[in-house]
Amino acid sequence: MNPTDISHPDYFHKVVDCQWACPAHTPVPEYIRLIAAGRYGDAYMVNWESNVFPGILGRTCDRPCEPACRRGRVEENNGEKPEPVAICRLKRVAADYKEDIRDRLPKAPAKKNGKRIACIGAGPASLTVARDLAPLGYEVTVFDRDARAGGMIWSQIPRFRLPMEVIDEEVGYVLNLGVQFKSNVEINSLKQILAEKYDAIFVGTGAPRGRDLDLPGRKEAAKNIHIGIDWLSSVSFGHVDKIGKRVIVLGGGNTAMDCCRSSKRLGGEDVKVIVRSGYEEMKASPWEKEDAQHEGIPILNFLVPKEFKHDNGKLTGVTFEKVKADYDAKGRRNLVPTGEPDVLIECDDVLVAVGQENSFPWIERDIGIEFDKWDMPVVDKVTMQATIPNVFFGGDSAFGPKNIIWAVAHGHDAAISIDKLCNGDDIKDRPSPLVNLTSQKMGIHEWSYDNAISNDQRYKVPLKDQKISLKNIKVEVELGFDPKLALAEAERCLNCDAQTVFAPKLCIECDACVDICPMDCITFTANGEEKELRAELNAPALDLTQDLYVSEPLKTGRIMAKDEDVCLHCGLCAERCPTGAWDMQKFLLKMTHAGPGCRNKPQRKAA
Amino acid sequence: MTYLTKPKLHHPDLPKNQVGYTRRDYEGKISTLCAGCGHDSISAAIIQACWEMEIEPHRVAKLSGIGCSSKTPDYFLGNSHGFNSVHGRMPSVLTGANLANRELLYMGVSGDGDSASIGLGQFAHCMRRGVNMVYIVENNGVYGLTKGQFSATADKGSKSKRGITNNDAPIDMVGLALQLGATFVGRSFSGDKKQLVPLIKGAIEHKGAAFIDVASPCVAFNNHPGSTKSYDYVREHNEAVNRLDFVTSRDEITADYAPGTVTNITQHDGSVMRLRKLAQDYDATDRIKVMNYLQERAAAGEVVTGLLYVDPDSADLHEYLNTVDIPLNRLSERELCPGNVALEKLNAALR
Repeated sequence: MNPTDISHPDYFHKVVDCQWACPAHTPVPEYIRLIAAGRYGDAYMVNWESNVFPGILGRTCDRPCEPACRRGRVEENNGEKPEPVAICRLKRVAADYKEDIRDRLPKAPAKKNGKRIACIGAGPASLTVARDLAPLGYEVTVFDRDARAGGMIWSQIPRFRLPMEVIDEEVGYVLNLGVQFKSNVEINSLKQILAEKYDAIFVGTGAPRGRDLDLPGRKEAAKNIHIGIDWLSSVSFGHVDKIGKRVIVLGGGNTAMDCCRSSKRLGGEDVKVIVRSGYEEMKASPWEKEDAQHEGIPILNFLVPKEFKHDNGKLTGVTFEKVKADYDAKGRRNLVPTGEPDVLIECDDVLVAVGQENSFPWIERDIGIEFDKWDMPVVDKVTMQATIPNVFFGGDSAFGPKNIIWAVAHGHDAAISIDKLCNGDDIKDRPSPLVNLTSQKMGIHEWSYDNAISNDQRYKVPLKDQKISLKNIKVEVELGFDPKLALAEAERCLNCDAQTVFAPKLCIECDACVDICPMDCITFTANGEEKELRAELNAPALDLTQDLYVSEPLKTGRIMAKDEDVCLHCGLCAERCPTGAWDMQKFLLKMTHAGPGCRNKPQRKAA
Repeated sequence: MTYLTKPKLHHPDLPKNQVGYTRRDYEGKISTLCAGCGHDSISAAIIQACWEMEIEPHRVAKLSGIGCSSKTPDYFLGNSHGFNSVHGRMPSVLTGANLANRELLYMGVSGDGDSASIGLGQFAHCMRRGVNMVYIVENNGVYGLTKGQFSATADKGSKSKRGITNNDAPIDMVGLALQLGATFVGRSFSGDKKQLVPLIKGAIEHKGAAFIDVASPCVAFNNHPGSTKSYDYVREHNEAVNRLDFVTSRDEITADYAPGTVTNITQHDGSVMRLRKLAQDYDATDRIKVMNYLQERAAAGEVVTGLLYVDPDSADLHEYLNTVDIPLNRLSERELCPGNVALEKLNAALR
């Protein structure tokens, strides 16, 4: 293998699995250390800079970071149940315990730069664009058909998961940057907006249409059959405050989980979730399924709805066909009927939560915005630009339903494009992130991070007593970690950003690092092709998604090969190294956001 | 902050041996030796060898004297018996323990100070009696604990860290062991576990006095130009006479080698050691030739390593003394004091 190029910004970034997996590339270990130090405000600001909604995301994020977390791999065969660090709930800790940070937020500049930006829809993507651009002097106007800003954050996510104060606070931080919010304005024509000569238009209208189930009885029993996301927003608005005693929720995604738990709080006594697929293949995040089951909601699987039964328009139940999973030669799953008789499950109301769709009836098809065969706008994956150069898309409206953190990432990217466009730059020329490596050595055995490894299992977030939380839809279920629990959970973080950096010229090949490494990550061996090398290490490196760190040849002609997979970042290799060939260096990656840093540098002219 | 303890977490795929332990189970406390000390590598090699040989830790007794090397038994086999003796007196304590309970595996770990200076006499007699043990000298040619004076094994003409030349002749531990009747003699280097681990395994299998001299650089006081015990010097001058490929307990040997390059040595218990020759005409079973060869090569400035000598028909102290098979510490009062009648009979036989 060739020696690893550690100067490439991606190499060590990939080692910080959580940050690499986060669409906004939030520096997770950095803020977890700040939480452990009790510096909640600082931890909050690290988050706010990269993901805009720490308090909201700390309760609702889809947490792509957690399945990626190294702690989960490291705990395999090392105790009861391998679990990642509770990254998401630690983020909430920063939001819960921070001091007043308002004086640390950017201010709207007194002098504007004369550029006008329209954001359509006031969801997380648009608000991110506004957050990034308003402090730079842009005049940003955000339109929404609802009275409040926040989009799906408040209309679809129930209050028992996300209290209104949290939304108001964080949405407020954005709107207070001098952003104009035009509420209760339904945009019916993109053409009209284009005619208003904005310098750029950002579309962040989400995926507002819930899929329906066109089954026999649907029309007749319509009164008691509701589309999940519409019903959730009616609940949020306060238009709906009760539901029948027996409720069936159809669908296995996170919306279904919100529907069933909301039903339970609005009079539903016998609430069931029924899914076509198997339990394991459900789209909902595992923790959301757990939360629903914890509230006594059963999840029935392998049942395909066939018909809504009704008695003269009054819904009485749903019939289901029993199916099983059948895998063909290519490993594809088919649901085939078991041949057993259909089951009728009686109910008073049905909530249909079988997916969301985009819908752009307000975009004229003759104005230059191209749509693909799925009727989705053609959007550049990097610049978020549509086929009209000053129109950008982001969030669910760009590539279909995803989640808040992706919407934030899209917003950042679109803001960069808009800023570059308004400054006459080529928007395809994207800024690289700022990368910094700093030695953490303080003394012979002293590091500026806590390198002792906690053996604790993941801590559970304390919950409100169900007697109270199931009675009132506005009572938040999770109490959040208290500072003591937060510290213990933060200590589980392995500090994967404290990188093991190897200086081959200093190495005397004494084997001290090999002997001390608790995870057998390091091997000194003859070089070879990656495949052979991976097999011949002290502990074979079988996880191909994790890189090998390979040095140039040492004095004996051998190379140092380190498998990054299960490194604890405990720094013992560096503590045991007599020559300082190993050093622990903090990798800090800062994404470049909109502003002077993302623009092309002006060329200096010779005198 | 001081040293961390080594985290309990281990590699998810860390294998277990037949007796149900991972390699990590054979570790001891965290080492307090200097970073980069060769001794820590030797500890790791002992851990590896014991794990591979599926030795139950409670069947091992590790003994040592005083010095950096004698601290190391605390850093491996944390669940074995241990005895840290007076300086240089480990061999007699080991001999006594071995006499009392012949069923344990005895591992004496010592250094060049403990064995070549204050304990030289004890070392000599332990070897000549053929005590069944593994005797490892972690040899760095320097007194590390007292800040770097020459030890008795420092080569004549080598330089200290401060630039002073050593004028005393060195004690050659391997030469002594051969002369005094050790029946398994090896030399290795802490920086070469591929060589060292099989040698330790061979020594564990061997019945009788097994001695391994391990060059183990002292990073703090003896790893400079001018030293003959530094990582660089030993690597440059290391001449391995053979490679001990594996040690088997009566396993079938199937690997193919060119004729004449491989010798199988069957030991007393039927176990087989396979020696792959690196030096032409080197016969590890001919003691006189071995001694001559070592003297010649040492004069040429080479550090000869490998399994230098083995007597496949070795015996041990218990055999010489004709003791009973049952360990002496398990004999009951009835067996030890058979009574007046037996005493009278014995006395009569001597009259």
